Amino acid sequence: MTPRGWDGFPRLLHAEWTKFRTVRGWTLGVVTAALMVVLVAVLAGVSSDQRDRPVVPIGPDGGPVTDSFYFVHRPLTRDGSITVSVSALTSSIPTSPGNLRRDTVPWAKAGLIIKDGTRQGSPYAAIMVTGGHGVRMQDDYVNDTADPSGESPRWLRLDRSGNAVTGSTSTDGTRWNTVGTVHVEGLGSTVQGGLFVASPPSVQGMGTDVTVSTADFEDLDTRSGWHGRDWTGDQVGPESAGFAGYPVGTSGSVTESDGRFTVTGAGDIAPAVRYSLPTGGTLKDILTGTFAALIAVIVIGALFITTEYRGRLIHVTLAASPRRGRVLLAKAVVLGSVTAAAGVVGATIALPLGERLARANGVYIFPATTSTQLRIVLGTAALLATASILALAVGAVVRRSAGAVTAVVVALVLPHLLIANPFTPSGLSDWLARVTPAAAFSVQQTLVRYDQVSSVYTPYNGYYPLAPWAGYAVLAGYAVLGLAVAVVVLRRRDA
Amino acid sequence: MKRALHAEWTKTRTVAGPWWLLLGAVVLTIASSALVTSLATCHTAGCHTDTTRLSLTGVHLGQALIAILAVRFLSDEYDSGMIRTTLAAIPHRPTAFAAKAVTLTGVVAVAGSIAILGSLLAGRIILPGNGFTPAHGHPALSLADWPTLRATVGSILYLTLIALLSLGITAVLRDSATSTGAVLGLLYLFPVLAQVIDDPHWQRLLHQIGPMSAGLTIQATTDLHTLPLTPWAGLGVTAGWAAAALAAGGLLLHIRDA
Repeated sequence: MTPRGWDGFPRLLHAEWTKFRTVRGWTLGVVTAALMVVLVAVLAGVSSDQRDRPVVPIGPDGGPVTDSFYFVHRPLTRDGSITVSVSALTSSIPTSPGNLRRDTVPWAKAGLIIKDGTRQGSPYAAIMVTGGHGVRMQDDYVNDTADPSGESPRWLRLDRSGNAVTGSTSTDGTRWNTVGTVHVEGLGSTVQGGLFVASPPSVQGMGTDVTVSTADFEDLDTRSGWHGRDWTGDQVGPESAGFAGYPVGTSGSVTESDGRFTVTGAGDIAPAVRYSLPTGGTLKDILTGTFAALIAVIVIGALFITTEYRGRLIHVTLAASPRRGRVLLAKAVVLGSVTAAAGVVGATIALPLGERLARANGVYIFPATTSTQLRIVLGTAALLATASILALAVGAVVRRSAGAVTAVVVALVLPHLLIANPFTPSGLSDWLARVTPAAAFSVQQTLVRYDQVSSVYTPYNGYYPLAPWAGYAVLAGYAVLGLAVAVVVLRRRDA
Repeated sequence: MKRALHAEWTKTRTVAGPWWLLLGAVVLTIASSALVTSLATCHTAGCHTDTTRLSLTGVHLGQALIAILAVRFLSDEYDSGMIRTTLAAIPHRPTAFAAKAVTLTGVVAVAGSIAILGSLLAGRIILPGNGFTPAHGHPALSLADWPTLRATVGSILYLTLIALLSLGITAVLRDSATSTGAVLGLLYLFPVLAQVIDDPHWQRLLHQIGPMSAGLTIQATTDLHTLPLTPWAGLGVTAGWAAAALAAGGLLLHIRDA
């Protein structure tokens, strides 16, 4: 096709734009779409009230954290080291209130930690034995390094030198392997250091159960910089938003006999995820009005073509521009631009407004960077535009607006409803969020999965299986396919 | 009225569209129900799954086709101008509208029965293979079991109510795309909005007044006390929506030029 053949395209666009803007109902529909996004954001913001809830601890990088564990500590000024051997780590899960069953909790943690005080969210570095992931060195909640030695060492050591903390392991207490050195910003000159036990909730099907773990420590040894002789046992963050507490009948404790410390603890020291902060909100929640907007733009998309058939205007349109594929393309461009504009306007107003209102009511909103927020706004616009173009394509094929509207609404909204139902099997949710056009809602996600936190990472909780734009590409694929079929059908068929 | 009914039945019978939609509704309901049940598994005793409700999940999808059928039942007449002929033949508009509603109820009840019983049968066949066995506390689905029978009959009634709701809305809006959008919005948006509302009272209220979320409580057979409504009260809410839509549609048809 020569570029010359496209000379008439701007005129075609102008014609379609004139058709669009002169139908008052369609303009009204687009404005309604943008308005729905904003209205639902306001509704979501004002209807929530979390003001009496415990405050969510914030980590050094600004993200929400869980910082509740059992800490046996002593002050350490400036440099020093601490060594211990972990002889046992056992975990239990309640089977019924008061009854416990021994089980593996993969991310149960027992080891050494140096932390800038017991304030929640303060910087730290730790080395630990875990229930199912070997020996790990972790710092500042989000960083996690596996012990590269591949052995199963019992001995752990932390050396502090200024802001640098080095973690080492040993199988015999004499030959040491370095796991890593981390630079912990914000460690004061006097910090708290010692033993810790954490036991995060265990994933059971679609939910989690609280757990409790007990570890035995021997051969505890401290070098230089440590104050006093007595160890203090404390539950860090007992009343924290992300702490589910101890199983009924258990509590955190430390006992010492003959240099052997037995420490019982629950909770976790890790980044917070949606399931551990059920009262937290996401930007995706604020943009729930996108669903209402979708229905509006889908109706408009279908009407944009089916009205031509009903009024027999299609004969005039195709007589004026015999290149039928191009007519459809011009319609798609006009429709896509108008609905995308509605999406940009709606989301740009809704996001800061909804976030502000929700925050004013004490709701914790999972943070998102500026580039993520930009992606959400553009993604929402692209989602609305592509959905209406899909409706246009289906409308051109079936020539019936009821069928076109239903097909696209069902394809986009119904999978989401099934995903949003907490009782839907997770296999089905994941499948729906991958192959149906509803996969595109992943452009609005802000949550991050962490390998070192076992949780219920389902679309229901805001964790989509596909990356944001990959999810959008699924919808775009359907729209391109729909347009291709529509062009072929339109060319072959009498109008 | 008899003549009007006969006319409506002839119009329905002699066009291919409604039959395809009814067939589609039956096939999609059963197929999606079977898909969902085949994905659910139960490995230990106490899965606490409402197997009846699980087996009838396809209604979520099937109702959309029933809605198209009901919308087109009236909007096609407006699109083609046939509505003037219909109203010329039966000048008493309430009779003409009632005849449409009765005919629609009849065909949807029949198709709905096939779809619902088919879904239940699919569940009865598939579920034991996925671990939903009597040993795990899940006896085979049976109509002799009162809650299951209630869910079955209720789901059929639910589908007919959705058809009547759609007919009423179409009589008000007259355009097929807008009516379909309105019906689907009414059905699907309540549960979506309820999710984002943080206040439990509001959330409960939205579940209680949404035509789909309230009506489908009729499918529940276990843990009834946790539901925002009793099963029959829930279906009653859907019936209220359908009655209101029919009344508004009938009234507007009566006073407006066709």
